[in-house]
Amino acid sequence: MSDVRTTPTSDRGFFDEGQYPGIFAWLLSTDHKRIGLLYFWCIIAFFCVGATLGLLLRLELFAPGETIMSAQTYNATFTLHGVIMIFLFIIPGIPAAFGNLIMPIQIGARDVAFPKLNLFSWYLYITGAILAVTSLFTGGGPPDTGWTFYVPFSAQTSTNVSLAAVAVFILGFSSILTGLNFVTTIHRLRTEGMTWMRIPLFTWSLYATAWIQILATPVIGITVALLFAERVIGTGLFDPAQGGDPIMFQHLFWIYSHPAVYIMILPGMGVVSDIIPVFSRKPCFGYKAIVVSSLAIAFAGSLVWAHHMYTSGMSDMAVLVFSFLTFIVAIPSAIKVFNWLATLYEGSILLDPPLLYALSFILLFTIGGLTGLVLGAAAADVHVHDTYFVVGHFHFVMFGGTGMAFFAAMHYWLPKIYGRMYDKTIATVAWAIMVIGFLILYISMKIVGMQGMPRRYYDYVPEFTSLNQLATVGSWILAVGLVLMFANIFRGIFKGDPVGDNPWGGASLEWQIPSPPPMENFGEEDPVVTHGPYDFTKAGIL
Amino acid sequence: MSGHVHKDYTGAKFGMWLFLFTEVLLFGGLFLLYAVYLARYPQEFISAGKELNVWFGGGNTMVLLTSSLFVAISITALRRGAKTLCLRLLGSTIVCAAIFMVNKYFEWSAKISHGIYPGSDHMKEMQPGEMVFFNLYYLTTGLHGLHVIIGALVIAWAMILIKKDRVNADDWVILENAGLYWHLVDLIWIFVFPLYYLILH
Amino acid sequence: MSEEHAHIVQYKTFAIVWIGLLILTGLTVAVAQYNLGAMNIWVALGIATLKSGLVIAFFMHMKYESRLFQLSLFAALAILAIFIGLNFFDVLYR
Repeated sequence: MSDVRTTPTSDRGFFDEGQYPGIFAWLLSTDHKRIGLLYFWCIIAFFCVGATLGLLLRLELFAPGETIMSAQTYNATFTLHGVIMIFLFIIPGIPAAFGNLIMPIQIGARDVAFPKLNLFSWYLYITGAILAVTSLFTGGGPPDTGWTFYVPFSAQTSTNVSLAAVAVFILGFSSILTGLNFVTTIHRLRTEGMTWMRIPLFTWSLYATAWIQILATPVIGITVALLFAERVIGTGLFDPAQGGDPIMFQHLFWIYSHPAVYIMILPGMGVVSDIIPVFSRKPCFGYKAIVVSSLAIAFAGSLVWAHHMYTSGMSDMAVLVFSFLTFIVAIPSAIKVFNWLATLYEGSILLDPPLLYALSFILLFTIGGLTGLVLGAAAADVHVHDTYFVVGHFHFVMFGGTGMAFFAAMHYWLPKIYGRMYDKTIATVAWAIMVIGFLILYISMKIVGMQGMPRRYYDYVPEFTSLNQLATVGSWILAVGLVLMFANIFRGIFKGDPVGDNPWGGASLEWQIPSPPPMENFGEEDPVVTHGPYDFTKAGIL
Repeated sequence: MSGHVHKDYTGAKFGMWLFLFTEVLLFGGLFLLYAVYLARYPQEFISAGKELNVWFGGGNTMVLLTSSLFVAISITALRRGAKTLCLRLLGSTIVCAAIFMVNKYFEWSAKISHGIYPGSDHMKEMQPGEMVFFNLYYLTTGLHGLHVIIGALVIAWAMILIKKDRVNADDWVILENAGLYWHLVDLIWIFVFPLYYLILH
Repeated sequence: MSEEHAHIVQYKTFAIVWIGLLILTGLTVAVAQYNLGAMNIWVALGIATLKSGLVIAFFMHMKYESRLFQLSLFAALAILAIFIGLNFFDVLYR
């Protein structure tokens, strides 16, 4: 890449160049980096709330019977834990926070295609989040349906499902607008020389994700709108008494919510694909295969929704077809894993925190993915459906996958954004504690699920006590790791030592500009790209 | 992008098309339910469909197609510098939207006065498939009607910008995108009309 | 202004398309008077698809847009078709 450095007008880059005074520099800013940070801090806050709720759930399950909360409170708590973690943390997590922060820089753009729309998406996100929280304290009390809002219960419960449905609709709208903004940006604003095959894999993953956001999210919009209508005006499209079919709600719900798990995981895979070459000092193995597999996952992910419904009472033919299609999705995911491992092979590996988090992603995601195949096979699924095996599985892929990738992205890119470095030793210790706690917590869940413990109950038979206690102890270890990690990284980005432009030796565009990046990212001239994102030789790093 | 002000027309239109896709998928959920329930209750859908008045539906189809023509021509007019003609055409489009909604109002009123509305006693005595048909009918035409209103507001907003010369013969992409939205409203209706009003007469 | 000065469509073209749309509307109403069994719905959908094709190609200028626009539209419609179509593995065999 040609020399795109300019003398920064200030050491603090875009932090010093707000258009409006005080807080309005943030609340009215259309700069992609400021919007990215607005998302980032909100998402961190919601993650902390969601994690606290999760810890409370584990505490309730420390012993059989009622320990710290009643059955109804437990139902509301796991619903809230799910809604917050899914709609307010994992779905917007990497795309809205790190996508906004990094993607335009990676393609050599000064901002996204529609900056005002970008800010509007953030306001929609906040509005949806506030409504979701409001639904807890108004109406008939906090929703107790689980995050899936299945009818007929969700249509009948007296709790405040209607408001929660509105919140989900608005959050979906926010996600759609971010998606269409990103697709347009990646098509239209790539700088000179940034050909499709020179786009960093993180941006590629966001591109695939954004298409899912555009094409699948409207379906959850209409689904919750129909649920709202059923509750408020009695149009019982899912009500058997009015000729409706409750299973159609599940179809519509999963037509979005299964592709949505790829909205959650694809950007995480993109983060890992960007990190591994940098810390192996090797070009990414199978760049094109990873690109194609991202697009293949996006497409195949929209064919498999009904594998959540094997025991719902849908036809055996559908079970057969969707079970078969489900196995197809495993192929592109496995392609990625093999490519990451091949990139690491014979590389000069630097065991810095971003790589450690990325490696734990590979381990935990692979375990989660393989247990997903157990669930994808219809016969095995009938045995473990709605048990803690499922809970263990999706925490492995969602938390062990996307969560770890989110932390990897934090350790990789926050020094660039804030221009300061955290303590790498503490980050490594925190990582080790987290992985140990994680494995204890979720492996226990998988075993107890295999033994038949159903999910979504506040109580269990005494035979399951020891594994549940082990899981709860694991959750405490995990929490200690999380607190240490957050404390270290936040202390680092505010008080740590300044980093140079390129602390990790990356070859993509974001490492060629000052840290923190200046307003509009690049100097007077747009950058001209002359080599691929992982060509460390041509970038002069090797 | 400061420094060199430049509008990316293709980008703006592409963004609008992406948004239209989301609208198609939103209505897609309702069409999906229609397809599934039609397969389950073919006879009841026919008997319930006979209750709908082809003249209301057909008339509204004409109105929307004509309004789409006005919008399409208005863009050509603006680009040829015929600002007054453009504004008149857009005004006519809004009048068409109003006619459509008034029609819809009378149609719904007639249904409701016959006791056909979600949750009514009369509906509860119907066959299950007929209840589904009418529930779907109200939700689909209701959501579509909402889009007609939003579309009319967007057109009105474009008219204001044209009056102020903020949208003009050299910079018309806002009108183009407003037009695209309006055509989408028409497109949805093109499918709603035969599916609900013409099913096996 | 725009680098690629988009095609200006003639009034006449629009008028012809509009007349075509009205004729097709009449046709779909006429066909609905005959009982063709299950074919009625497919004929109605076929005519509606033709009509929407006209609206998209001319009124919405898709005919004059780049391949990117056309492919994207195709992708969106294909996904919708998949969403609706795969449901029938459940609905038809239950």
